[in-house]
Amino acid sequence: MSGFLDIAGLGKSFGGLRAVDGVTFSMEENAIHAVIGPNGAGKTTLFNLIAGSIKCDSGTVVFCGEDVTGQPPFKIAERGIFRTFQAVRLSPRMSALENVMLGMHVKTKSGTLEGMLSLPSSRREEKMMTSVAMAALEDMALAREAEMPVGSLSFGSQRMVELARALVSGPRLLLLDEPASGLNMRETKELTERIGRLRDRGLSILLVEHDMSLVMEISDTLTVLNFGRKIAEGTPKEIQQNPDVIRIYLGEDDA
Amino acid sequence: MMKIRAYIPLFIFIFISALIPVLTGMFQANFFLTQLTMSAYYALAALGLCLLLGYAGQISLGQAGFFAIGGYMSAMLSKAGLDPRLAFIAAVLAAALTAFLIGMPVLRLKGHYLAMATLGFGVVIEKVVRGLPVLGGADGLPNVPAFTIIGALRITGGKSERLANYLIAFVILAVCLTLMINLLSSRSGRALRALHGNEEAAAAMGVNTARAKLVAFVIAAVCAAVAGSLLTHFNGSIGPGEAGTMKSIRYLSIVAVGGLSNFTGTLAVGILLNFLSLRGVFGIYDDAVFGAILVVVMLLAPNGFSLSLPKRRKKEGVK
Repeated sequence: MSGFLDIAGLGKSFGGLRAVDGVTFSMEENAIHAVIGPNGAGKTTLFNLIAGSIKCDSGTVVFCGEDVTGQPPFKIAERGIFRTFQAVRLSPRMSALENVMLGMHVKTKSGTLEGMLSLPSSRREEKMMTSVAMAALEDMALAREAEMPVGSLSFGSQRMVELARALVSGPRLLLLDEPASGLNMRETKELTERIGRLRDRGLSILLVEHDMSLVMEISDTLTVLNFGRKIAEGTPKEIQQNPDVIRIYLGEDDA
Repeated sequence: MMKIRAYIPLFIFIFISALIPVLTGMFQANFFLTQLTMSAYYALAALGLCLLLGYAGQISLGQAGFFAIGGYMSAMLSKAGLDPRLAFIAAVLAAALTAFLIGMPVLRLKGHYLAMATLGFGVVIEKVVRGLPVLGGADGLPNVPAFTIIGALRITGGKSERLANYLIAFVILAVCLTLMINLLSSRSGRALRALHGNEEAAAAMGVNTARAKLVAFVIAAVCAAVAGSLLTHFNGSIGPGEAGTMKSIRYLSIVAVGGLSNFTGTLAVGILLNFLSLRGVFGIYDDAVFGAILVVVMLLAPNGFSLSLPKRRKKEGVK
């Protein structure tokens, strides 16, 4: 129990397959916690269970003392848990700026009528959102692309737009689902440094990742999954020396 | 900062709308104004569908049903002696409430399942309208009183009030277009558009997607009901044809030709096609023309043409 994020006995089956099988772990605040494991280990399923996009069969997710198990994704976001997706998910026809502004949905509140009548309250909010989103894009070195439809940007840039979208609301917990997939080596390195800086600024990050160099470099704690079960947990150093982990990654399973 | 660029289509729309009566006056063709007024109301119903389909990405084949609810409700109540202004409000509220009740369960469906469900709703309304004696059956409701807005300003089909009614209709259309454009560049509008782009991502950003869809569905229904009520007072009557599935398909093809996510395109196409149809240009192939248009658009540009201003860059004004 960390009091920040506590996962207990989480389980999910798809047909006969136990994708996540009684996983229990806790994550500390202001830390980078990585979940690793071979393909099909249940990492993304675990992620989707926490983010609310699928419902679990058993177990609980407790965030900051509140049971959030089975809540729909928009409620999870309202609690300050924001995520990125393994395959980037943006609104391709909206501009990069608008996509990032969407990330501030929970931090703002003007309603449909206020928007239709373009009331001062709505316009003020709009102005605030525009400048915060613009600053976030500038931070990603994407200011020049702000007005372009996001679908026309390179894949690497789209990933950064997605990350900016998850950051603008000042999340209490950031979920990153394989943030380095599809990035080249230089981009991966930049991303690694960026994630590290985010933690230094006080963010809590839960990470699913394939790229071992990235994970070992920046994670404070790792949870290792195999066939839906937790098989190890510890610091990068401990995990690197764990015989079970070595067997999975170098032994009979391909990794 | 006002995003002036987003409003350019509105200015063009107002300019052309103001130019038309000048031209018809010059060429002594003021009788065109009657059909243009009717076309404007039909275009308003299409405008609502444009928000729902083009921007929020939710299909409806029941738009005519809401048009009919607005029209029949207004006709019935004002014939019974209620002030048409109150009848209008009641009619619009009835349509909004119906949209809310239908939308709640139905909007959980996606794609062609949603199309089928809304089609079913449209069929039910059409059959109810045709079947209920109190609604006049196949003859509809005649002798609907004029709608006095204020003083001498009223919605009616009389010849002497032709120009005034043209202006009323186009002012209403311009106001609705303004509201829609405002909505698009607001928090709520962005949530609607995000639904279309990627529903799961929108939800992950905290958008209550079920609610956002319902909002779009109700706004679309309100547009249709406003149009249905006002056109009924303008014509002085309404018939079951307005509730027909073919009418819903017309609205759909107008939005499709207009460029799907393009309000101005929808209005331009909506006014033009309805005007030609009302003038009898398409003859006995009237409905066939709209059907054919739908086939052609789906084959050539299923995601919509961009025939007006470059909509992808219309957002501007970042300092």
